[in-house]
Amino acid sequence: MKAFSYQRAASLAAARQQAATTGAAILAGGTTLLDLAKCQVARPEQVIDITRLPGLDEITLDAQGLRIGALARMARVAEDSGVRAAFPAVAQALSLSASAQIRNMATIGGNLLQRTRCAYFRDPASFPACNRRAPGSGCTAMNGVTANHALLGTSESCIATYPGDLAVALVALDGTIHLGERQVAAPEFFLPPGDTPEREFAIAPDEIITAVTLPTSRAARRSVYLKLRDRASYEFATVSVAAALELDAECRIAVLRVALGGVATIPWRARAVEAALTGREPTPEALREASLLAMQGATPRPDNRHKLELAPRMVVRAIETLLWGEPA
Amino acid sequence: MPSMTAPLTLSVNGQDHVFEAEDRTTLLDALREQLHLTGTKKGCDQGQCGACTVHLDGERVLACLTLARQAEGCAVTTIEGLAGPDGTLHAVQAAFLEEDAFQCGFCTPGQIMSAVACIREGHAGSEDAIREYMSGNLCRCGAYPNIVAAVRRAAEVLA
Repeated sequence: MKAFSYQRAASLAAARQQAATTGAAILAGGTTLLDLAKCQVARPEQVIDITRLPGLDEITLDAQGLRIGALARMARVAEDSGVRAAFPAVAQALSLSASAQIRNMATIGGNLLQRTRCAYFRDPASFPACNRRAPGSGCTAMNGVTANHALLGTSESCIATYPGDLAVALVALDGTIHLGERQVAAPEFFLPPGDTPEREFAIAPDEIITAVTLPTSRAARRSVYLKLRDRASYEFATVSVAAALELDAECRIAVLRVALGGVATIPWRARAVEAALTGREPTPEALREASLLAMQGATPRPDNRHKLELAPRMVVRAIETLLWGEPA
Repeated sequence: MPSMTAPLTLSVNGQDHVFEAEDRTTLLDALREQLHLTGTKKGCDQGQCGACTVHLDGERVLACLTLARQAEGCAVTTIEGLAGPDGTLHAVQAAFLEEDAFQCGFCTPGQIMSAVACIREGHAGSEDAIREYMSGNLCRCGAYPNIVAAVRRAAEVLA
């Protein structure tokens, strides 16, 4: 790790000012920043610790919605009884993330800002070319091992997958990211790579995430997060699905929300699936047919082509779980 | 530019230590290299193996991804601080011996620190829960069945 200076932020305003200076990095839980500093991907000169700022770690839930302070640790949000009852997909996404130790450390704001796990991005010594790390240098992944790379939202410059779980639930449940006064709807916060893969989030250098909010709804209360992994625990998603459902009096689908993780460059809202099923009876045929729309526009590679089939099956499984509970 | 080396105070296992450290020093390196508490192990040094698990104010965290300065003002507990003052082993340490829950022993301090917290959190009620909530601690020797048995045994003793 390159040498850097450490300071505790005196206030949020001071931290924002310091964050905007060249070489500065905001430190919260540290699980992303220090990891990337050890990989030599992050090379901060000045680290600003914001974890001791007061009032930024509260969890409040009322009739309108949930507000999670950006410095709340993942474990506390995952175990919060209000979150578990009103937003099960959020609690499950957090519980299924990382390990108990990391969930005790990592904050909600930092969780959203975690960087891709692309092995080429994470190893500058072996793979100097990376458009995300060094704009214009090329992409080693394109001709590399791509089992964990994205099929959706890719560009000619980058195919790195967004790794987080919480963001997938936030995108499905119409969450909002608060940057002090400014607010950004969750789906607009995560930027597809396009020609500027180095711009990953809709946040300015002098902005800091202060909170995440979610509106309460019947669908949010009936929501789920399913995560398929290469091992049983402590692993990033091969495919994950956040889904929320409300049925009408005739048991037709009144509201459906679906988002995917593990397959796209950003947490991926599957609006085509939602539109195809809204107003319809959730028959097995209808679910199967609509689920195929989840991967519309996908650009598969030889190593990740299986996800074309895997992701729709996970979508069906998620909706079936909401309809009939966990399969036996 | 603020100084990159400064005096630091850490409270480890109930004892205060004052020493000079670079700002970038991790809690893991401070414990091992400066306080010579080498029970906490450096495995991957990147948050993937759990060998460096310690407690900060009673909660399990990874010392390799925590800056020493972040731990200032917190109570740090390491494997050296687990046994009683007279040397009586903690119930989890005793259970690891009883169940032969290690082979090479390198991951064991992290496993034990993690297990103490796992039981305290109430996540040791079943073998499935133990496997899930201990998943952040890898064992290259594959002693997992015995580790699960040790955590179960200790959880019963501590209930």
